[in-house]
Amino acid sequence: MTVLGSRILAGLFGVALAPLAELRAGEIPFAELRSGSELMSPDTRAMQDADSANPGMLWVIEGEALWNAKAGAANLACADCHGAAELAMRGVAARHPAFDAKRNQAVNLAGSIEWCRVERQKAPALTAEGPEALALEAYVARQSRGLSIASTDAALRPLIESGRELYLRRQGQLDLSCAHCHTENWGRKLAGLALSQGHPNGYPLYRLEWQSFGSLERRLRNCLTGMRAEPYPAGASEYLALEAYLKWRAHGMPMESPAVRP
Amino acid sequence: MRRAAALAGALLLAAAPARAESVAPYAIVGDAIPMPLAGAKGDAKRGQAIVGDRQVGLCLLCHPGPFANERAQGTIGPDLRGAGARWSEGQLRLRLVDSQKVNPETIMPPFHRTQGLSRVAGAFRGRPILDAQQIEDAVTYLQTLTD
Repeated sequence: MTVLGSRILAGLFGVALAPLAELRAGEIPFAELRSGSELMSPDTRAMQDADSANPGMLWVIEGEALWNAKAGAANLACADCHGAAELAMRGVAARHPAFDAKRNQAVNLAGSIEWCRVERQKAPALTAEGPEALALEAYVARQSRGLSIASTDAALRPLIESGRELYLRRQGQLDLSCAHCHTENWGRKLAGLALSQGHPNGYPLYRLEWQSFGSLERRLRNCLTGMRAEPYPAGASEYLALEAYLKWRAHGMPMESPAVRP
Repeated sequence: MRRAAALAGALLLAAAPARAESVAPYAIVGDAIPMPLAGAKGDAKRGQAIVGDRQVGLCLLCHPGPFANERAQGTIGPDLRGAGARWSEGQLRLRLVDSQKVNPETIMPPFHRTQGLSRVAGAFRGRPILDAQQIEDAVTYLQTLTD
């Protein structure tokens, strides 16, 4: 490509192309990104696509009720400050984890919801990954369905880098890294099931194996257990770093929450 | 304090023999371990059971192989059929014991190594995936897969 051509492209996308290409060295090229939903059976895909068949919609419906319910010493509902979630929460899940300048720290969607609940509603934090926290997260994430993941915040760079280091690190008795399966061998079968590229675009989601709805952190714990590695403690910073990296790696992919996976 | 030190000493004593026995010493010649681990004699029938058990040998999670009853086989590694023709006994042994000695980037787990691992889950700490006898059984079985 000519210098002029790359400048025009850089102008169009508002990014410097050379540094981005360098950052993505070793990653799956954008054109080859595949959602887990493209690698699963047509039956499971159909279950995800029809709201009436998608079990995750039960959590979304419960989350909508919580969105509108007054809570805490402030006696406020989410809706009292934010209004209709369809407008106010549109794209929010696609932009998380995000860097919160006020608190000078990165936060994922569950963390943002918890902050609002404790600081604004003056209510006790919901149990992490409990049914209510998952329901609210599902309802908010639902408002990003079909929207592209946008991981563009330069302030997240150090967290993304530490997430990438964890992703590439061999762990556990099986001495595997995440990359061994999800970057180098995606599409091949592990125990008869196609390995995914490990994208976070469907979370929180309903997993048939769980017979339940769950978080990305729960999925990461499953992988670590499968590698016979010690899972990081619940809520550990490693999960947030991995989530930030996975979102960056999946930049541009459409959100699918509440997704269904095998 | 003294009690803690005594307890730590007791734990060390208890742990030391187990660790010494958990991984057999071996010598690599070229890309092979020519001599059986711990002088053990492999048994093909036991080896077949180890290779075919997804909780023990784990092989079929990643490899296809001649196991008609196991439908959920993997396609990450090469087919186990023909492994006995592709590799010598010693080459098979090294690839099972620690495949990273052949290819540092390999996805194949080290089935008989406990050192240099990171964050191993408690139940598996200090133990190799397969012990010396199990390695010898698996090697003996894989040698029979010549076509």
